[in-house]
Amino acid sequence: MAVRRLYPEQPLSFAFTPENLAWAKREIGKYPAGKEASAVLALLWRAQEQEGWTTEPAIRAIADMLGMAYIRVLEVATFYTMFQLAPVGKVAHLQVCGTTPCMLRGSEALIEMCKDRIAEHPHELSTDGNFSWEEVECLGCCANAPVVQIGKDTFEDLDPELFDRLLYDLRAGKPVKPGSQTGRRASCPAGGPTTLTGDAKRGAEKV
Amino acid sequence: MLQDKDRIFRNLYGFHDWRLAGARARGAWDGTKGLIEKGHDWIINEVKASGLRGRGGAGFPTGLKWSFMPKNDPRPSYLVINADESEPGSCKDREIMRHDPHLLIEGALLASFAMRAHTCFIYVRGEFIRERERLQAAVDEAYDAKLIGKNNDNGWDFDVVVHHGAGAYICGEETALIESIEGKKGMPRLKPPFPANVGLYGAPTTVNNVESIAVVPDILRRGGAWFASLGKPNNTGTKLFQISGHVKYPCVVEEEMGIPLRELIDKHCGGVTGGWDNLLCAIPGGSSMPMIPAEQCNDLTMDFDALAKLKSGLGTAAVIVMDKSTDIIKAIARIAYFYKHESCGQCTPCREGTGWMFRVLERMQRGEAEMREIDLLYNVSKQVEGHTICALGDAAAWPVQGLLRNYRHVIEERIKANRAAVKEAAE
Repeated sequence: MAVRRLYPEQPLSFAFTPENLAWAKREIGKYPAGKEASAVLALLWRAQEQEGWTTEPAIRAIADMLGMAYIRVLEVATFYTMFQLAPVGKVAHLQVCGTTPCMLRGSEALIEMCKDRIAEHPHELSTDGNFSWEEVECLGCCANAPVVQIGKDTFEDLDPELFDRLLYDLRAGKPVKPGSQTGRRASCPAGGPTTLTGDAKRGAEKV
Repeated sequence: MLQDKDRIFRNLYGFHDWRLAGARARGAWDGTKGLIEKGHDWIINEVKASGLRGRGGAGFPTGLKWSFMPKNDPRPSYLVINADESEPGSCKDREIMRHDPHLLIEGALLASFAMRAHTCFIYVRGEFIRERERLQAAVDEAYDAKLIGKNNDNGWDFDVVVHHGAGAYICGEETALIESIEGKKGMPRLKPPFPANVGLYGAPTTVNNVESIAVVPDILRRGGAWFASLGKPNNTGTKLFQISGHVKYPCVVEEEMGIPLRELIDKHCGGVTGGWDNLLCAIPGGSSMPMIPAEQCNDLTMDFDALAKLKSGLGTAAVIVMDKSTDIIKAIARIAYFYKHESCGQCTPCREGTGWMFRVLERMQRGEAEMREIDLLYNVSKQVEGHTICALGDAAAWPVQGLLRNYRHVIEERIKANRAAVKEAAE
């Protein structure tokens, strides 16, 4: 468990953009009548995408939309660790996986680089306010360790050199390519596929 | 070695088209209507005959689980697919969702039909954003092609809702997952009542892993006997193995159940770094399973029963390999930290015990511990194990117990070395 509290400085208000509001209504409509609360994670997530982090006014507004008590939505926002309760770097918030499979393949070096280049502590903004980082628990890309998630994308098969280049490109505003940074295909063995080397279509065994 | 023609996930690495057209060319959505016409019980019996055991970790027979669903219940029934893949080491469901999503959707239809459910929720972990987008796109394709939805061509009204989490490992526990879909904190429920009786929204619910569902269409098309002919008795079929850590080429690969660990690593991963003799130990099934030391790995087969005999388990078949350069105390301390971070805080033994175990292990890693604390740590792990609502307490205790069982001497040596260093510094 982690102690997670709301940020002391909060914006005054929150409102979904018209597009996001229409999307939110569709999302709520996916669940049975009376079970609108099911959409709370999706709505909080969309609010975070819109604002950059999860704010108290957003929590209240979403509670009102879903007919939930404020405390119930606050509980959810503080329980699930992907909700950033404080502002994050404007350009990128780097989530470095530090769990054992990534650790075995060198994630500690990446974390040291984050401390050195971005900010000494996790969740702290860099001096220009453009970057922040945190160590996260398993991102589920263990065969492509070590992994860093930035926004929606994962950057895989990193080492200090590749991570250095990634940080440089982000800082310079250059486009970055998600996925494996060594150029291998998904989780295929880097030495080339050992299976599925023929045609993928099913032939004679088709029933 | 499993032949390509017997592999179910023929687009595992995404070399081919994941869309409907590509999936159809690989045999998905072929004769689905005919399978449905054979009836609810035929599907359940065929899955039972295949010997399929749940791929999410516990290895419970899937067909049997489905047969627990009540038959003439006025409440709606639900299928919930657990795509909250968060166990350190596991990365297989991700490949299914982004490269073969139609296998999952077709399997969801067939499984839902077998259990008389008209709605399926797929709970994707929050971090898998691109995978979720891909899955949703595939679901939309299936709706547009009238494969699913109201009055679809397959003859069973069926809706799929792609739901997502927001970064809580505990939501992979089935009742916590249900709580999470209901819009609450993911805190596991007491069982009984089991989800088959009182599940999502108080209705009968079955929760299955992604891989368990995605293999169903092929099992039904090719027959339960085909699946049962692969692997070993009671451990049948194919399985996605995920190998991470100290191997030359970490990868995900589909292999037969019961494949020897050494063959798995040597054939597909280019061997352990520094060669097989450099192996220290392997965690066979995701971080919650106790490690197997190298001397037991030589002729170890990867199946539920063989690993259970060694007081470990196949889990999700996520193999974490550690070579002799590994600081084993540190590796397990990091796993203990993971469980401390992910404990939901509901049960005291787990909330307090996971943090306590991590703090002791962190000191042991530096050698700053007392010898008596080794036994104390074991006792505390035993007080966490089995004394919590869900299995997270067990999952946190087992790797620690594995460490104490197999590497007690390493801890003792480190404590002695630290004492000697402190003494030397004092003199």
